[in-house]
Amino acid sequence: MSRTALPGSAERALPGPVHHKGAGPAPNGWLDPRGRAVGGRAFALHRLTGLMLVAYLYVHLCVLSMLLIGNSAWSSFVALVTSTGFLCLDVVLILGLLFHGLNGIRVALVGSGLLVSRQRTLFWTGTVIGSCAILFTALHVFGALR
Amino acid sequence: MSDPSTADNRQDVSKIETRSLRVYRYKRGDGGEHFDEFEVPVGPHTTVLDALRWIQHHRDPSLALRHSCHHASCGTCGVQVDGSEELACVCQIHDHGDRITVEPLANLPIITDLVVDMTSFFARFPHEHPIIRASGLPANAEPPEDLEQYVRLEDCIECGLCLSACPTAATAHEYVGPAALASAQRLLEEPRGVQREDVLAWASQPEGLWRCHVGLECTRACPTDAIPAERIMALRRELTFGGHHETKEHQR
Repeated sequence: MSRTALPGSAERALPGPVHHKGAGPAPNGWLDPRGRAVGGRAFALHRLTGLMLVAYLYVHLCVLSMLLIGNSAWSSFVALVTSTGFLCLDVVLILGLLFHGLNGIRVALVGSGLLVSRQRTLFWTGTVIGSCAILFTALHVFGALR
Repeated sequence: MSDPSTADNRQDVSKIETRSLRVYRYKRGDGGEHFDEFEVPVGPHTTVLDALRWIQHHRDPSLALRHSCHHASCGTCGVQVDGSEELACVCQIHDHGDRITVEPLANLPIITDLVVDMTSFFARFPHEHPIIRASGLPANAEPPEDLEQYVRLEDCIECGLCLSACPTAATAHEYVGPAALASAQRLLEEPRGVQREDVLAWASQPEGLWRCHVGLECTRACPTDAIPAERIMALRRELTFGGHHETKEHQR
């Protein structure tokens, strides 16, 4: 006896969607902070700062190419980037660099099977070191240490 | 199980404590994904599974979910509660806020509502490898020829929470995932005739333990303290400092 397909059975046979954490701008929801512990949030921040540093690298190379135009173009650009707004961006850049570097050391240590049980301590140690370093950097950038 | 619905008959309805559950809904062929919100009466020990069952019984019988043992042993009722991977049967409503979002596990295809297809979870493990093997059976057992229904991972209830929580699995779908790697490490601890080199060679495949980016969310999510992240790192330690020669796959 031949069986008649029920209405909608073809649609129901299709594979379902793969749900990801959160909606957000990040593909696959890796940026979703809900339910994450230190490791997961550090993973997301590490990715974000990595993307930021790659973007900065390209911007930096483009900016350096202004030297090809001549002294006047470069001088006017330097005047612009030494304004308070751009100095704030410098501090943000260095903050990202510090996080990426310090967390990278933590990931390298834990990822090699060393200090795995101390990974949270490593994270907070890096946070303290990074906080001190960014404070020193900010003071230096804004000329308070001169 | 504390059934919140029994409170209806004994108490003044206005005094019954309630929680709002936002539940993920998806039915194949019936439109897109969305959330439905239900007001659920709760008692002092109501779990998320109790609340979902109450919704099934009193509000929407079409709500689909998996569950079985009610005591965190079978691993079937894994869901995301407010974004955190939990076994619904032991997840207390009172540990969450007034409005609770329940979603299916991430990184696995959804069949319907809160039910995910675990096939791809198990497909990540090599069936020809002893990491998956038959459970111990009584001598007089007469198992059917299809042994797959008896295979178990070591020290793991195969709930899939670790895979859902893993940020690496979210970005690299070919990654074998924490559960299988933890099982491999467990096998090193107690080889029972298995060659260590075989296990290490399997674990060090390109989509194996070197894919892990140390998010360590698997250990946080694991309801049985199988500590998958620590076991993955122990495997790495074994490969890095244990004198194991790199395989070609590892070097790729």
